Amino acid sequence: MRKAMSVILAAAMAASLAACGGTSTTSTTAESTTAADSSVAEGTSAAESTDTAADGDKTGTFKIGAIGPITGSAAVYGTAVMDGAELAVNEINAAGGINGYQVEYQFQDDENDVEKSINAYNTLKDWGMQMLVGTTTSNPCISVAAESAVDNLFQITPSGSAVECVENPNVFRVCFSDPDQGAASAQYIGEHQLASKIAIIYDSSSVYSSGIMEKFVSEAANQNLEIVANEAFTAETNTDFTTQLQKAKDGGAELIFLPIYYTEASLILNQANQMGLDVDFFGCDGMDGILQVENFDTSLAEGLMLLTPFVADATDELTQSFVSSYEAAYGSTPIQFAADAYDAVYAIKAAAEDAGLTPDMSVSDLCEGLKTSMTKITINGLTGDNMTWNEAGEPVKAPKAMKIENGAYTAME
Amino acid sequence: MKTKAGNKNWGSNAITYGMVILAYAVMQAMVMSGNISSLMKGLLVPLCMYVILAVSLNLTVGILGELSLGHAGFMCVGAFSSAVFSKCMEGVIPNTMISFLIALVIGALAAAICGILIGIPVLRLRGDYLAIVTLAFGEIIKNIMNAIYLGLDSKGLHFSLKNAAALNLEEGGQVIIKGAQGITGTPKVSSFTIGVVLVLLTLFIIINLTNSRTGRAIMSIRDNRIAAESVGINITKYKLLAFTVSAALAGVAGVLYSHNVSSLTALPKNFGYNMSIMILVFVVLGGIGNIRGSVIAAVVLTLLPELLRGLNNYRMLIYAIVLIAMMIFNSSPKAIALRSQIADNWKKKHSREKKEA
Amino acid sequence: MSFVSYLINGISLGSVYAIIALGYTMVYGIAKMLNFAHGDIIMMGAYVIFIVVSMMGMPALVGVLAAIVVCTLLGVLIERVAYKPLRGASPLAVLITAIGVSYLLQNVALLLFGANTKAFTSVVGVPALRLAEGQLVISGETIVTILSCIVIMIVLTTFIKKSKAGQAMLAVSEDKGAATLMGINVNKTIALTFAIGSALAAVAGALLCSAYPSLTPYTGAMPGIKAFVAAVFGGIGSIPGAMIGGILLGVIENLSKAYISSQLSDAIVFSVLIVVLLVKPTGILGKKINEKV
Repeated sequence: MRKAMSVILAAAMAASLAACGGTSTTSTTAESTTAADSSVAEGTSAAESTDTAADGDKTGTFKIGAIGPITGSAAVYGTAVMDGAELAVNEINAAGGINGYQVEYQFQDDENDVEKSINAYNTLKDWGMQMLVGTTTSNPCISVAAESAVDNLFQITPSGSAVECVENPNVFRVCFSDPDQGAASAQYIGEHQLASKIAIIYDSSSVYSSGIMEKFVSEAANQNLEIVANEAFTAETNTDFTTQLQKAKDGGAELIFLPIYYTEASLILNQANQMGLDVDFFGCDGMDGILQVENFDTSLAEGLMLLTPFVADATDELTQSFVSSYEAAYGSTPIQFAADAYDAVYAIKAAAEDAGLTPDMSVSDLCEGLKTSMTKITINGLTGDNMTWNEAGEPVKAPKAMKIENGAYTAME
Repeated sequence: MKTKAGNKNWGSNAITYGMVILAYAVMQAMVMSGNISSLMKGLLVPLCMYVILAVSLNLTVGILGELSLGHAGFMCVGAFSSAVFSKCMEGVIPNTMISFLIALVIGALAAAICGILIGIPVLRLRGDYLAIVTLAFGEIIKNIMNAIYLGLDSKGLHFSLKNAAALNLEEGGQVIIKGAQGITGTPKVSSFTIGVVLVLLTLFIIINLTNSRTGRAIMSIRDNRIAAESVGINITKYKLLAFTVSAALAGVAGVLYSHNVSSLTALPKNFGYNMSIMILVFVVLGGIGNIRGSVIAAVVLTLLPELLRGLNNYRMLIYAIVLIAMMIFNSSPKAIALRSQIADNWKKKHSREKKEA
Repeated sequence: MSFVSYLINGISLGSVYAIIALGYTMVYGIAKMLNFAHGDIIMMGAYVIFIVVSMMGMPALVGVLAAIVVCTLLGVLIERVAYKPLRGASPLAVLITAIGVSYLLQNVALLLFGANTKAFTSVVGVPALRLAEGQLVISGETIVTILSCIVIMIVLTTFIKKSKAGQAMLAVSEDKGAATLMGINVNKTIALTFAIGSALAAVAGALLCSAYPSLTPYTGAMPGIKAFVAAVFGGIGSIPGAMIGGILLGVIENLSKAYISSQLSDAIVFSVLIVVLLVKPTGILGKKINEKV
């Protein structure tokens, strides 16, 4: 019995090895392999030869890859990046492409896992990716950045916010780094004297959340803010926050800082309301999206303050056209991740045009060109006006403080 | 009779080793000649890691007959302890190979110590209760790893459960484990060759253990504990031994993991119960107690989701369906009967053809 | 005062674990299998309620009834397609299949409903109980959950002890072969067990998402594992044990968050679990295993 099974399994393995292995012995096998392995792209033709990465593509399209989780518990962020970047690519193609060349786009799932993200990256490389928008989440981003540094492939992460994500010179990011957000939040609260006694509830199993929390705590000391409670939860205990809220209450907190994503935040607001807790809440960019939670009682979020570069109901023309075409295409309201990805694609476009790049250049030459031009360009994006980048790969833009009033965001001073 | 059985065993093991060596030769030839996709190249080390994990868990589940849901916990211990060592010794030991070998030993030892610690309750518990204790152990390890801060300066290692500032590092000190942010920048030393050597080593250890006097004692505990005890087999000793060896090998897999990716964090995805269950799936699908089956199942199930990438959104859905179908095909009594019937028919036909010819 | 409110918070959380654990332990007790997909059936039930109540605007009771019907059918279907072919195979094979079913349900939900979080409308209309001048608050959801737990526990125990079908279940759990000889239809009995277990999952889904109103395709996974732990804690297979285990788990979790460390609360909960199992190797109310030679 076992023998029969092992024979079958072994045959399956052999078949899969064969399917995976032989890439470019002849151009015909290369094409069929690509088609089998990665006929993913969103309606773009994917039957180009595999090793454009090495010897250039004469057909004249730029190949932009993107990575993020579209399955697993972080799926909502990856899906937003996938759609936001695709929207930008479609717009660019409709408007004549980058330097007159059309753009091909492919997205790969990494399940928010370090190892899978490297697989996703390699899959895209086999497809012939020339620039990478990704990855969506921090940990996979760090690992992929180590790989892309070896290949000298240009990478811009929409939302990988950990410091180490942009350590290599070939990596840039659109969002703020975690420590920057933590410091900016503490400074904002201190300067505007929103409160003096502060409680924090953060996710200790998330790099994003604990990164912001750490810097917030050290900056709070400079701002004369007293931290009365610093409470954690983990991915395993992210439903019940009453104990953390109770400790904040017992400590006499006037404001609760929530450097977390909106899914958990919506539960916290709900439970605080049930407990009759009357305090202010302050969040970071992960909080954006809370008003779009389907069926959410927005009155719970009344008075919530957040530092975020993007809000979906901003009134400027760019945001409005983005939001309406996103809603038309994907049937949901974009969150900040989608906006970051959209800006990332436009940043690539601006930098590629500045450097006068063409798709027949090698991956490494493209990267060098983009690297130099990234620090020269200024773009008006969804997530900031007059965004520029410094050589460290960090964006230079001002965070906007928003407050939820009457179920809508209003800008704070 | 006895020698025949021995020969058969020997032949079967030779096939297992041969399979691994052949796979290595083929892959290595493809890498050398450049006929390999980046995806496959990137998968080589993880494949070795999963094979080691599956084979080592098979020792606990298949040979010892105890259900463990905490194998990823041991892997986590191995990964973190060895990564800390490698980070500390970066630049101190010039030869990366020597440094990696020491890291390997440290990872295995650390996991083995945890194996002994958790092995003690193993002696009292059975079945689902043991499963839950091992699951609990894995979660404890993951939780602690997320809370630890560890720093290094000229005075040595500093440890804290609060935050990086509480380490009181001197100027120029380096924070090694940053709580939930884990360890970043572990040198990437793992290679396919190292992986395959470790796979062969694991196979060697497990196969020899199974075919030795010790192995037979362990299997007798699985088959009938009371009978084993009554003939004077020291149950405590053998159970602990099997458990510890299994843990140490999981630690080895962890070392391979931490030296292959540059960002090491204890997330539910890589070191949580999900991972432990994934390894268990390899073992059960490959056949409980069947070492070669574990190797094949680990490879097939690791490749499967990657090969399904073309299905885009439906990838994990199809993966789940294939998993259920494989399980039913492989274990259902009816399917087994059907398969053996087909095999019999085929054999009959075959022998008839032979006669006719 | 704060101790009492920590305790109440713990009981609230524990009651949700308990109601999930009831379904878990029921299926385990009869069919002797760990149904890892139980948490995901809960999630499916919650989505049914979300669609019926929040999107179609029907009353909450209709939503819960719809969820019970859908989950029961789903449970029976899963049993028929995935578990029944494996009757007689090793328990581990069934366990792995259950895990496959769990992945399947999560991904089906992901494709059907998307990854976005949905805010669940509470199906509980009971107002919160405020004691000691509003210092202590017991939410309506907690009250209803605990009452449902007790009612379900009593009904289940009576059903198993008094009814013919219940007796058949007991017989099947004791010895399948002997049960068959006594003229009990084993397949039917096990299907019935899954039907009841899945109906309980629908109720648990309604109460879980009322107490913690955020719904994603992965909502059921973590409470499912916690309920498994709770069921083992109380002695798996024991119906009152599941309830005690669930509530104790919630209380320990919240007290360790409150008084020791919220960073390490998972580690503390699981350490307590290990210690309890060392003292009582078959859980708090578990039956002693008689070993036969």
